[in-house]
Amino acid sequence: MELDIVALSRLQFALTALYHFLFVPLTLGLSILVAIMETVYVMTGRPIWRQMTKFWGVLFGINFAIGVSTGIVMEFQFGMNWSYYSHYVGDVFGAPLAIEGLMAFFLEATFVGLFFFGWDRLSRVGHLTVTWLMALGTNFSALWILIANGWMQNPAGAVFNPETMRMEVSSFYDVLMNPVAQAKFVHTVSAGYVCGAIFVLGVSAWYVLKGRHLELAKRSMTVAASFGLAASLSVVVLGDESGYLTSEHQKMKLAAIEAMWRTEPPPASFTIVGFPDQAARETHYAIHIPWVMGLIGTRSLDTPIMGINELTQRAEGFIRKGVIAYDALQKIRGLPRGSAIPEDLRKTFEENGKDLGYALLLKRYVDDPRQATPEQILRAANDTVPMVAPIFWLFRIMVGCGLIFIALTAVFFVQSARRRLEGPRWLLWLAVLAIPLPWIAIEAGWMVAELGRQPWVIEGVLPTALAVSSLGAHTVLMTIIGFTALYLVLIVIEMKLMLRAIRKGPEPDHDPEAALVPAALAPAE
Amino acid sequence: MILHELISYEHLRLIWWVLLGVLLIGFAMTDGFDLGVGALLPFVARTDVERRVAINSIGPVWEGNQVWLILGGGAIFAAWPQLYAVSFSGFYLAMFAILMALILRPVGFKYRSKIDSARWRNGWDWALFIGGFVPSLIFGVAVGNVLQGVPFRLDDTMRIFYDGTFFGLLNPFALLCGVLSVCMLLTHGAAWLEVKTEGVVRDRARSIGSVTALLTLALFVLAGVWLYYGIDGYRFTSEIVRGGASNPHAKTVALAPLAWFANYQAAPWTLIAPVLGVLGALATFIAMRARGEVSALLCSNIAIFGVIATVGVSMFPFILPSSADPNVSLTVWDSSSSHLTLFIMLVATVIFLPLILAYTAFVYRVLWGKVDAKAIESGDGHAY
Repeated sequence: MELDIVALSRLQFALTALYHFLFVPLTLGLSILVAIMETVYVMTGRPIWRQMTKFWGVLFGINFAIGVSTGIVMEFQFGMNWSYYSHYVGDVFGAPLAIEGLMAFFLEATFVGLFFFGWDRLSRVGHLTVTWLMALGTNFSALWILIANGWMQNPAGAVFNPETMRMEVSSFYDVLMNPVAQAKFVHTVSAGYVCGAIFVLGVSAWYVLKGRHLELAKRSMTVAASFGLAASLSVVVLGDESGYLTSEHQKMKLAAIEAMWRTEPPPASFTIVGFPDQAARETHYAIHIPWVMGLIGTRSLDTPIMGINELTQRAEGFIRKGVIAYDALQKIRGLPRGSAIPEDLRKTFEENGKDLGYALLLKRYVDDPRQATPEQILRAANDTVPMVAPIFWLFRIMVGCGLIFIALTAVFFVQSARRRLEGPRWLLWLAVLAIPLPWIAIEAGWMVAELGRQPWVIEGVLPTALAVSSLGAHTVLMTIIGFTALYLVLIVIEMKLMLRAIRKGPEPDHDPEAALVPAALAPAE
Repeated sequence: MILHELISYEHLRLIWWVLLGVLLIGFAMTDGFDLGVGALLPFVARTDVERRVAINSIGPVWEGNQVWLILGGGAIFAAWPQLYAVSFSGFYLAMFAILMALILRPVGFKYRSKIDSARWRNGWDWALFIGGFVPSLIFGVAVGNVLQGVPFRLDDTMRIFYDGTFFGLLNPFALLCGVLSVCMLLTHGAAWLEVKTEGVVRDRARSIGSVTALLTLALFVLAGVWLYYGIDGYRFTSEIVRGGASNPHAKTVALAPLAWFANYQAAPWTLIAPVLGVLGALATFIAMRARGEVSALLCSNIAIFGVIATVGVSMFPFILPSSADPNVSLTVWDSSSSHLTLFIMLVATVIFLPLILAYTAFVYRVLWGKVDAKAIESGDGHAY
């Protein structure tokens, strides 16, 4: 059997990233929710809030452990499976990862220990500070990872250096202020908050249904519903769609999401459902809403959104320019070491260099892109179209879930304002059943973002197929099997412990300082 | 941007070489005792309460300590991308083994105490043993291979090809370095347990630790002798360009006997590194015998510093020599990031590293004191 190293490396990355991303969003959401609960405890002095903090903290801890372990795998995997990628963009991509460690992960991981072990060793305000620092670290962590990922989608602030054969930072400001990264950060972090909120809401609803821990459950639901409503509005309204159009290169992803094969006269219509057919370049049985896509996508009535066919034609032009850049690069590299680059050669490279990556798309068909036939160029241009149908559907699953979250958290927000959180039972059951949905939405979102970027690992700069390490396919297959086996065992154990902790409920809590509160002020519970 | 030219490329590379050492030593000094305690766990602690005492001695801090490794990975990626790419893909299966072992650790700590069953807990204890022992061994084996040169080649587009195999890593000298690394971290873990625990756990840790401290000393000296008589180092045969573009193809390199000892001859003050390695290990042994708890931990830190610094100083300016094509060996002068990236990363480090050290110190101070077996038995606090 012929095994393809590129496909296997992608499979391994997707498996480990999707798995890691099962735990990160809940960590993000619960860290803030726990910090909010503890803040209420410190402000009011009511022990129930301390009990809530500890209870959700236990669930946070079970989840956090796997998030950390699988995060190391992600960081090491770039070098292990994607060594050419690491060489080619390490100068740019490595920095946010390192700063993530310096600024965020150290904070998060150092204080998470005190969060669990420091209850009796710190004052109330001291412990609260620790909790917020931990939550802050978690969120900063997401910021830097998404700056790194945003750069893969929209490689701003970097240029190719022929002397080192790699991309190098030209403006760190542009890497940081990358609009795609900013949009992604807000979107992803909000998604994590929604995940935490729906989780707390669902588990609490289950307690109410069972008539257990009502004091804890109802308060938790109030916090989760209000926080969740704000977060789900943010995740949908500030969704990272705004990012796509600011990026020249992500037009193809947007077109794939909408299965928009042809440029329509503006404003374009929005396809609610349909069956995209990649071979025929047609969407069968499509239901359109006129104008909506043009309005969302361009916020205007007269700007066209480019369709896949037109984008493919455009890519053909980029490839031709890329070949000119490739030719200039080879000539520059052929010069004796230390000699000056002739002016015209330097200019040719500067003018076409940004499309160098497009010439590399031809490597799949021909060793030297300069020898490519027009037919090969056409095939490479067609390769720039990602898999439309899965992207189209996954996007709709994600958005559908998002709308459910807004509705669900809004209803519970109203219920909580009316102090009617005990029922009706069908509504509580809905909240319980909704627990898996954030994960479905989040994983779908990851796949839309990363499948939509194919065939690029760095959009317009480096094709995925060139980024892999020169490893034996069987070696990678072996590690895939190893990771899968270990990860399966871990998730079974994790689920078991989560369910056990939920079934057991909160521990009776003895607040050493509670005795100091005069009886008259103590909450009547 | 002109600001970054305040510090020359050459100096930035030198600074980042030192910082690479700081991160590796930081990792070995902090997470090193976590690894050591993990590997010692089944031997120093027999009953469940004893094991929980040992685990809780590192429970609140191992997570922060592990970030030294994560930061080390990130910093190598950012500052030495070619080193990151060659070593992580070249040592592929070894890295995989490290990852599998390290994954067991967080879940082991966290999940062990959640179910009160002897089988469940015993299983996690062995997982924690693997999580401590395997990485300690492999890190040492990797260093042993780096000292001998690693069989990789680079083509003219800088694509990496690795000619070696996983079992090729397990050669006698590398295994010696692996055992040295295990002994060093076992000693460190034992020294930590001496400080943090009481009674039988402390006593067992002390007797194991004093043996491994002597072994560390002996193996370190043996490795030095072997390196002197049996292993060629690498040296430049072309002019050394320190501020040029990061392209490993631009030089020529040859193997030469005693090349790994040239720096000590050129700058005798660098001998302080191996001297601290030897004296540190010896002093750890003496302190353990004399029942000096904090002083043993301190001496163990010195030994770790000395041993790791010795590797760096011996090889300088080489970081990862290639045995398949010595000319493309990675050195301080030709495998770093760009001038601008090194500068930005330095600014970030100057801002955040002192903060990290400050809050880490704060956390250790809050948690200062022996782990109380009674508190664990009564189930107070969120102890593991």
